[in-house]
Amino acid sequence: MIFTQATYAAPYIPHSPNQVLEKLPTTTNSSVKQFKNLRSQLATDPNNIQLASELAKLYIEQSREEGDPRYIGYAQAALAPWWKLAQPPVDILVLRATLLQSTHQFDKSLADLNLVLKLDPRNGQAWLTRATILQVQGEYAKALQSCEHLYSLAPALITLTCKSNVNNLSGHAGQSYQELKQGLEQASNPSPSTQIWVLTLLAEMAERLEDIAAAEKHFQHAIRLGYPDAYLLGAYSDFLLDQHRPQEVVKLLEDKTKIDALLLRYAEALTAMHLPEGKNKIEVIRQRFDEAMMRDDTVHQREQSRFELRLMHNPKRALKIAKLNWEIQKEPADARVYLEAALALNDKKATLLIIGWIESHHLEDAALKRLMTQQSAAK
Amino acid sequence: MIRHLRLIVLIFCLWNLPAHAHKPSDSYLAITAENSNINGQWDIALRDLDYAIGLDEDADSQITWQEVLNKQKAINAYAFARLNIQGDQVTCPITPTQMLIDHHTDGAYAVLKFVTSCTNTISNLSLRYTLFSELDPSHRGLLRLEFRKMTKTSVFGPDHPSQVFVLENVSHFNEFKQYLVEGFWHIWEGYDHILFLLSLLLAAVLIRRDNVWLPSESLKPTLIDIVKVVTAFTIAHSITLTLATLDVVSLPSRWVEASIALSVVLAALNNLFPVILKGRWLIAFAFGLIHGFGFATVLSDLQLDGITLILALIGFNLGVEIGQISILSIYIPLSYLMRRTWFYKYIIFYVGSILIICIASVWFVERVFNMDLFSLANFTGTKI
Repeated sequence: MIFTQATYAAPYIPHSPNQVLEKLPTTTNSSVKQFKNLRSQLATDPNNIQLASELAKLYIEQSREEGDPRYIGYAQAALAPWWKLAQPPVDILVLRATLLQSTHQFDKSLADLNLVLKLDPRNGQAWLTRATILQVQGEYAKALQSCEHLYSLAPALITLTCKSNVNNLSGHAGQSYQELKQGLEQASNPSPSTQIWVLTLLAEMAERLEDIAAAEKHFQHAIRLGYPDAYLLGAYSDFLLDQHRPQEVVKLLEDKTKIDALLLRYAEALTAMHLPEGKNKIEVIRQRFDEAMMRDDTVHQREQSRFELRLMHNPKRALKIAKLNWEIQKEPADARVYLEAALALNDKKATLLIIGWIESHHLEDAALKRLMTQQSAAK
Repeated sequence: MIRHLRLIVLIFCLWNLPAHAHKPSDSYLAITAENSNINGQWDIALRDLDYAIGLDEDADSQITWQEVLNKQKAINAYAFARLNIQGDQVTCPITPTQMLIDHHTDGAYAVLKFVTSCTNTISNLSLRYTLFSELDPSHRGLLRLEFRKMTKTSVFGPDHPSQVFVLENVSHFNEFKQYLVEGFWHIWEGYDHILFLLSLLLAAVLIRRDNVWLPSESLKPTLIDIVKVVTAFTIAHSITLTLATLDVVSLPSRWVEASIALSVVLAALNNLFPVILKGRWLIAFAFGLIHGFGFATVLSDLQLDGITLILALIGFNLGVEIGQISILSIYIPLSYLMRRTWFYKYIIFYVGSILIICIASVWFVERVFNMDLFSLANFTGTKI
């Protein structure tokens, strides 16, 4: 019932043998070789922990660069001998936790990280990953505690970013923004990728504080630093959409639509500009979500709720999905899709639930505040 | 310092977490079973095949049709070694027939067509799917199984590589039953539908003569009147329920809900200030059309299609009718027996109609202006 006709469009025999059917991801030649070597070495010695974790790490990095979830699966395959063990070696546990977290299996991931920290309390990576998950789950006090452990284990800027990010969502929006901004200015020689990371977070913080000019400045700065990753592009597109600048989103994402989350923003921009092409993109996204649901993937629920509300105009489904998503993650963007759907549906109970959460956690966010005003105006 | 470096490497994997990526790896397996014969089509991404067996011979990061053709044998051997089809515990040998190309939303796929022939007519079809399970545990096989015009979908993955499908009675009966029960409760829980019917039927045991309501004299005309009203309502809402569920017509739900509330007000008003007497079935028909749109939201939210949709439609509709009849079977005998009493005429008929008008007016205002007038949470929360 999920398959659509389009999935089964007519197969054909290509007219020429030289016709190019598929372009493979263009990684640098050296890394292709590196992968091939490691893969064949591991194939002959699959229980070699060093080889397996090295290959898994490479795949995880690759998944970040290309935004392709296949690499998460490849990494898991490299860890196969240990994947189902109750207590694999620490290095494997950290990698398993990272993979579990990237498919939003947060509780399983936390269990692995807690085990790591019991065995190796000075494992900075585990504290950091743990802090990130707890922050996504809205467990701010525990997240902050995890960040504190980084002091002696990580560069100062990493520790500061970890803490500021949590504080920013839990009642210290202005102060944490200033601290992080200063921290970045004073940091000695942060790598471009660290800078992009911190700048993106600063931009989002400024946006929540409704300092539009500062947000724009941080985003622009981050984009100038190098090849922007999917997270930065998504965050900047959201900013532009909120500022009613869809034309710029179309330009920014034109050649990035292989990535689902960016395709959604692209379709939103096309729709905002009343371009007919938006309809085709909506159909592609719908198919992808249908398939994700068949697979029981929960990774896309935030985007899916947004898609149902903004592009399919189906607030009922949007709210249903937003509620499922809220069970798993509680970032400002999750609160927003939930609240938007609840308001569109005039669902008092859902609206009050989410407003109660925002208020009790002292989450300061300009977009959420606007929605909350809309709610009290309707009272 | 080494520790720090590693930390920074991984931090980005993690920070990237909320941004979702490309579509993960899926293959599409379509199987049509008919007696002892099975036709199949299996779409596998060229990217995945390249990762598994290497298609890009000249290593230029491009896969051409020639490169795929060169590996056709290897592709078939690799794929069909990882798909096992059994009819009643006997393996049915697979014969690849043709290889084509198709494009799904995330790139090019090799389309492997195949046939198998089992020894006997199949009643239990077992499929075992292990494609890429050792290379990419996040890979899934999305199955569409067709049998006698019925479609079943399912997913294969490393944790559930084997599945058995019973072809004789792919139980649509249970599905049908489920929607029937749903329809039954829907009419009981949707107060506005009940109130509409009751408003029309309050007058069924009475007759209007010289501008006053008198108890009707015999059962027969009363029953005929009731049957006409109920049948008209049923036919009307069946029509629109079907049209709306099939997406032929769609109306904004807020206005449908508001119109339903209005229909209740008007039906009850007609008791106090009769405008239409003989043709109450006409009111039932006209407003029944709107009520059908209300019923349809239940089904259209489920996004069904094919035979399931048709079964759901019939089951749900039948459930609604049974629910209606069950309400009437309580209401009609009671009202018929009570029709001569003062209590029926003044309390049930007049006061009842006024109450219905009040309640439905509140609904109407709420729905038009999209707000909650009173927190009659249970009462206003009708399951439209």
